[in-house]
Amino acid sequence: MLSFLGRSVIQKTITLFFVSVVSFLIIHLAPGEPSQIDPLNPKFTPEIVERMRKEFHLDRPLHIQYLLFYRDLFTGKTVSWRDNLPVLGKIWDRFLNSLPLFIVGTLLTWTFSFPVGIRSAIQRDGPYDKSMTFLAYLLISIPGFFFAYILIILVVTELHVPVIGMESFGVTSESKIVQIMDRIWHLVLPSFLGATGGIAVLSRYVRSQMLEIIGQDYVRTARAKGLAPERVYYHHALRNALLPFVTMFGLILPGLIGGSVIIESIFSWPGMGRMAYEAILARDYPVILTLNFITAVLVLLGTLISDLLYMLVDPRIRL
Amino acid sequence: METRPNHAQETIVDDAYMPPSLSPWRETWRLLRQNSMALIGLVIFMFFFGIALTGMLLTSGDAPILDPAQIRLQEKLRPPLARPNLETLQPAEVPELGIYLLGTDDLGRDVFARMLQGAWVSLTVGFVAVAIAVAIGIFLGGLSGYYGQEYIQVIQIVMVLIAGVALWLAATHAWPGAVFLAIGGAAGWLLYRRYAGGSKKSATPDALRWLSRPIMSVDTLIMRLVDIMLCFPSFFLILTVVALLPPSLYNIMVVIGLTSWMGTTRFVRAEFLSLREQDFVAAARALGISDMRIIFRHIMPNAVAPVLVSATLGIASAMLTEAGLSFLGFGVPPPHATWGNILSDGKDFIFDAPWLTFAPGIVILVVVLAFNLFGEGLRDILNPKLRKRT
Repeated sequence: MLSFLGRSVIQKTITLFFVSVVSFLIIHLAPGEPSQIDPLNPKFTPEIVERMRKEFHLDRPLHIQYLLFYRDLFTGKTVSWRDNLPVLGKIWDRFLNSLPLFIVGTLLTWTFSFPVGIRSAIQRDGPYDKSMTFLAYLLISIPGFFFAYILIILVVTELHVPVIGMESFGVTSESKIVQIMDRIWHLVLPSFLGATGGIAVLSRYVRSQMLEIIGQDYVRTARAKGLAPERVYYHHALRNALLPFVTMFGLILPGLIGGSVIIESIFSWPGMGRMAYEAILARDYPVILTLNFITAVLVLLGTLISDLLYMLVDPRIRL
Repeated sequence: METRPNHAQETIVDDAYMPPSLSPWRETWRLLRQNSMALIGLVIFMFFFGIALTGMLLTSGDAPILDPAQIRLQEKLRPPLARPNLETLQPAEVPELGIYLLGTDDLGRDVFARMLQGAWVSLTVGFVAVAIAVAIGIFLGGLSGYYGQEYIQVIQIVMVLIAGVALWLAATHAWPGAVFLAIGGAAGWLLYRRYAGGSKKSATPDALRWLSRPIMSVDTLIMRLVDIMLCFPSFFLILTVVALLPPSLYNIMVVIGLTSWMGTTRFVRAEFLSLREQDFVAAARALGISDMRIIFRHIMPNAVAPVLVSATLGIASAMLTEAGLSFLGFGVPPPHATWGNILSDGKDFIFDAPWLTFAPGIVILVVVLAFNLFGEGLRDILNPKLRKRT
């Protein structure tokens, strides 16, 4: 157990190192520089550009830049090139904005996919299963922003509910209850949209897991000895089918950053995905690299957690 | 089976009890016909492929029959099925069909013609991206599945590093350094082979022995590479690279391809690992067949099923990625129309001209759905575990 922990931590640290090198190379070897972002602006004289390059260490060789960047990152001194604010503080602010979206989306995903997947598996090839399968593929196949626009038009014209941004303009002068309701209304649509893809994929996964377990011999035995179908499905089959999903708690961590660029752009939600998009537009390398690094840490941490959870719930697994 | 008079009778008995044998393709086709959703997906895909092909023929060339780039500012935002106003148009500007089948956009371009052109471009994006991903996946997966147990020695890494630096120097036009490194590296390699490598282990001088030390297996190297790539959030990575590179159709295809090969690599590796130990491979090896022939003639055909499935699903997701990139403003640049950029241009007019959003949106939805249904159906058909027990 401890040796497994040690080994995987060492392995993941090495992976993380290579990820940092690769992401640094991708960013810096791509043509163009932040100092050339606005070449037509008359305020950018060659001297200013030179001073900027010096300030951002862009005139140094790549490996020196790499060391300087990660030294700054680990001492928490990295600043954004766009507004000179500390990157970690910026990310933390945006993280707090993204968090409710992520939590509500994840809750929606998990509460919807399990009942749907289990029922589909029990009534395999029945009308419910067929229609849910089709619906799942429909949700996977629809371009996210097209779906978002349809929903926005529907909701705005039918329900007269505010949807864009995190809260309505000027709502802070209203009473507390109005403010809370306003926040919730703004949260509904983006988190639902964020969850649709997850619901579609996860419910299919639940279905196939459940089908596999239902085909096992011990389920047939349970049925053969005359147990009620509910008991067979929920007591014998479901418990075993749930095993792989426990490990997925670890794997949803990276979704905090990566999955929400488009949705946050549509809804002008000031979260991490939108910050990543803005940073890319402005070639704000410190923000891009820091976000990338944090995501990589979350991915590696997630796989570690899921391995450990697997060991915890499944006594057959010995690492 | 206790009494076994002769072989002839055994054959007869076997024939009587076995179902009529079908070729793998006929068997797959039989199962496909039972899976109605996959069949519908295949039919839509074929239909769409035909449309894309005719679309390319009709809209390309110097004087295309349906010109997707013809601008008619006096005819902008006409609804679908509108007739062109013949009095205000030059004869050359009149649409060939005599009607705007899907309306016109904000520059008066015929949306139908643009959709036809976009069909081919979208299809190309999907296919080329997936072809790149699958090629890398098969190569790396096959390598790590078949040669995974081979060890990489220090000298090999040194050589690769020297070659890499030489190439980099050549790319930055530092020719003397590049030539020097290349010649030096080659000379070093030959000297190493002469004095240290080869079978005469005892003859290796002590000072050079560390060079032949194994570091890690090929399998470890490739799988760690996959791990590293999986650490990047894929859409964010694609977005970053596409945004940093100059906008072009080819960049988008290549970047999507280069960032989505990890799944295929894992599938192919798993297939190779299990197939490599099978008897027919051992038999082939005993016959003295070369490794390349074993890999491509004997193992590859058996490993192609999961690759096919992930390629079909990959095309669907590449088309969605392209649409997403277009929405964020990093899609295929203007002279090419794709469904993604028609859709993202149309969203600005969603209230005045909803057909600009709904025509490409629904078409993308239907085609991607067809790919997904077909891919998943294929997976069910090719997976013996999920086959219906009859």
